Amino acid sequence: MADETYPDDLRYHSEHDWVRSLGGGEALFGITWYAQDALGEIVYYEPPAVGASLTKDASYGELESVKAVSDVIAPAGGEVLEVNARVSDTPELVNEDPYGDGWLVRVRLSDPGEVDALMDADAYRSYLAGL
Amino acid sequence: MPAALLRTPLSDRHVAAGAKVGPFAGWEMPLYYSTVREEHRAVREGAGVFDVSHMGQIEVTGPGARAYLQSALTNDLAKVGPGQGQYTLLLQEDGGIIDDLIVYGLVDRFLLVVNASNVAACHDWLAERAPSGVEVDDRSLEVGMLALQGPAWREALEPHTASPAPFALDYFEIGEDAVAGVPCLLARTGYTGEPGVEMLVPWEGTPRVWDALMAGPHPPAPVGLAARDTLRLEMGYPLYGQDLSRERTPIEAGLGWACDLAGGGFTGAEVLRRQAEAGTAERLAIFRLTEPGIPRAGNEVLVEGRDAGRVTSGSLSPTLGVGIGMAYVDAETARPGHEIAIDVRGRLKAARTERRPLVPRSPKDDSKGGS
Repeated sequence: MADETYPDDLRYHSEHDWVRSLGGGEALFGITWYAQDALGEIVYYEPPAVGASLTKDASYGELESVKAVSDVIAPAGGEVLEVNARVSDTPELVNEDPYGDGWLVRVRLSDPGEVDALMDADAYRSYLAGL
Repeated sequence: MPAALLRTPLSDRHVAAGAKVGPFAGWEMPLYYSTVREEHRAVREGAGVFDVSHMGQIEVTGPGARAYLQSALTNDLAKVGPGQGQYTLLLQEDGGIIDDLIVYGLVDRFLLVVNASNVAACHDWLAERAPSGVEVDDRSLEVGMLALQGPAWREALEPHTASPAPFALDYFEIGEDAVAGVPCLLARTGYTGEPGVEMLVPWEGTPRVWDALMAGPHPPAPVGLAARDTLRLEMGYPLYGQDLSRERTPIEAGLGWACDLAGGGFTGAEVLRRQAEAGTAERLAIFRLTEPGIPRAGNEVLVEGRDAGRVTSGSLSPTLGVGIGMAYVDAETARPGHEIAIDVRGRLKAARTERRPLVPRSPKDDSKGGS
């Protein structure tokens, strides 16, 4: 399992989801180290359909660990352009590399301003320290 | 405030080893040490050891013990001589299952190994009905229990036994020996579908046996309850509290093979005979999903859009990489080869009923050179 990190180039949602801006209004979404650690060994990813419309703060998929199912919350609104098929086949990638190979969806953001309003890494670390 | 969880003789070791622990039947038990995937594979391909000290041990002694247990347990106890074990069930008068268990015949007593959640139920049921001269004693907190399972169980155990006797036991036989100098009962039984032994160890000697196994030249992987569940589910072994209950009979659960319907006068026999003859409305089916997803207990089963039953156990099979489970469904649908659907939190997942086991493994060891 990966070491606890919160990369500085990402934005964070209070439900422990991250956004990586790709430019051109596109972004990757995933879950944070804290979220995968809380879930434990992830064994299944129920992804959204390509083309699905995501609403900020609403569930867009599920990650299932050995004993729990967790909704994955959209940190911003948008349209699903791609689902990470490698995570569908090998869900433990989310544990092993939550910010890299363990990304969940690529989206076209409906409002990039929503991403700017999210926490940066320092704010998210402070937020975690208060939990 | 909830009562404090009971701890096994090995609980400190599990915590020190970094195990994720959780409550199970009133006990603090290890759920996993590394990952379920790795632990499951260790048992299927090598050897794993489970701390199952939470399981109950009830001794039945006295001159009338055999006749009494024959009247209480479903299987034919006449087949159980000293040194032999047998899978059997304890039923209510209406055929509802109080527990499924293994009864072992020893020289001077019978030993019942029962589910942790049912120790009091089994003990009280048997003690209240025991004729004079038959003693029923709960030894659960005096006996630790380790299950060493997997094709390499012999290599893991060999350096530690006082004699080669445990390796001459056949499937479901039990014998005495010492492991790491601790006197134990060793039985060729388990709950994984793999060959192996279950060791009944004095409570205070259990850490010594565990430590010796771990320090041996071929140490088994410590395995938690999470992999125990996936291993048993792949074999189609039912679990009390999920697949078995007082609301279900052995006929519904597909356990008629463990009931002496022909000759038995055991409690509940008449109900079971009627059910075996007339059939039951529902039967316990085993199934696998034919698309990605993980069924879970409580999910609805649908056949052609109609409600056909409920999932009682469900998980991801680490061996097959697909969702598997068991469910009570109408008796026709329960037969292998029926297309069903499982409602997994609002998403319908296609599935098919199958034969047991889902993974072609057998606990009957063939490594002694026998048949």
